[in-house]
Amino acid sequence: MMNRKNEKKIQIPFEGEDRKNEGKNPDLLFIPLLWMIGGLYVVLILAMLLADLLYVKGGDFVSVLVKPEIRYAVKLSLLSSALSSGLAVVISLPLGYLMSRQKFRGKSVIEVILDIPVVLPPVVVGLSLLLLFRLLPSGISDLFIFEVPAVIVAQVAVITAFGVRMMKVAFDQIDPRQEQVALTLGCSRWQAFTGVLLPQAKKSIISSLALCWAKSLGEFGPILVFAGATRMKTEVMTTSVYLELSTGNIETAVAVAIMMIILSSAVLFVVRRYGAATG
Amino acid sequence: MINIENLYIKKGSFSLRDISFAVPGGRWGVLMGKSGCGKTTLIEAVCGLNPVESGRILLGDRDVTHLHPSLRNIGYVPQDLALFPTRTVRGNISFALELRRWKKDRINARIEEISELLGIDHLLERFPSGLSGGESQLVAIGRAISFYPEILCLDEPLSSLDENTREKMFGVLESVKKNTGITVLHVTHNKEEAYRLGDLILKLKEGKISEFSRCRCHKQKEPTMPEEGIKNRTRL
Repeated sequence: MMNRKNEKKIQIPFEGEDRKNEGKNPDLLFIPLLWMIGGLYVVLILAMLLADLLYVKGGDFVSVLVKPEIRYAVKLSLLSSALSSGLAVVISLPLGYLMSRQKFRGKSVIEVILDIPVVLPPVVVGLSLLLLFRLLPSGISDLFIFEVPAVIVAQVAVITAFGVRMMKVAFDQIDPRQEQVALTLGCSRWQAFTGVLLPQAKKSIISSLALCWAKSLGEFGPILVFAGATRMKTEVMTTSVYLELSTGNIETAVAVAIMMIILSSAVLFVVRRYGAATG
Repeated sequence: MINIENLYIKKGSFSLRDISFAVPGGRWGVLMGKSGCGKTTLIEAVCGLNPVESGRILLGDRDVTHLHPSLRNIGYVPQDLALFPTRTVRGNISFALELRRWKKDRINARIEEISELLGIDHLLERFPSGLSGGESQLVAIGRAISFYPEILCLDEPLSSLDENTREKMFGVLESVKKNTGITVLHVTHNKEEAYRLGDLILKLKEGKISEFSRCRCHKQKEPTMPEEGIKNRTRL
């Protein structure tokens, strides 16, 4: 039998020092700390917007927007962005599906190729397009280089890479088992794609469309190099800002910038509200 | 009937070789085996969702080994059910019928039949997100049998259900068995499911069908077709 005198008393760890923290909420500082770090970035954005708004007077803002060249640039920006984002989504859907669902040799190489427009400086994208189209017969290259179609091509070349990424992620999150069941129910793969997969990806498609639109609205480098910035011809809002800044018309540049902020924010707000409402 | 001859299936580093078995027409075949032994891979191959390296899959007198899944006339209920979340229960069940361009009246009549058989008429306007596990299971079965398939493939249909719901599902599956006369390949690792529903029990072990028990209705080597059962069955 054990000698009771030699038994060691087992110290229960909860007693003693650990009891000092009893009653304290360990998560008290977690959220405030995250806001302290991330909130600085939100404050920076708001400060930038405020600086723009304070620079321009209301009357100046209106007088800038009625200028014919600015109105033309706004019109071309809106039309080209709408067309480019539509084209980008149409291309992103099949490409995103292939990247998500298909296994094939060289897939990783294709993934790297699709990332090139994302990581390449936009000016380099514009330069590459210019050099590519110069290789085509003059009947075709003349239709594009420093012409309005070049604006659309330049926008599509950059934004489609973002669209493909978004659609791939969207399709990755949808269980492929549903398409498999659809096949057994009598679908071809096209019917499974359009009847089962796309309805589920509707919100992602709309988000992709909105973000591609906002991104194309903000494209500058490739448009400047490939389409030029000819007033009343290939000038868009971003190149307007550049042209006005380069001639010292800072008020006009800031007014156009504010217009872009309002337009982009309005579209993104509507898209997010739609997403929340249907979610 | 389902006739599998010397099937060789490869999926990544996993393979099944020399798989041969037969489920007579109108009978409930149960394929048993431990988790990960290849039951789902095999049932997917029967449905045409996994390519086959060699061997044959015969459904009735048709060789469907390399036939597109949509042409095999098989109803499939996967383990994770995979209901279409953007369609209501009614929409899920009518999916196959819309593909076949059935008229609206005929589709509605068929939905009514199925919902009565499975007891899901109160669920028709709900979306899958609003269904319990058992309700989802019933809808998945209804969707799979909607177009009168010759074969029904069930992958672990009762695995995630609580005891009361399992008992109810047994009743439903027994009703489907009795009223439709469909040939079934039912995959499970649960003995109760196998012995309660199965006419024929097969065991998949280490990539091979290692033992089986014959139909309860047979004593001979070759299982005979239950002729009376098929003639008199109600095409529900």
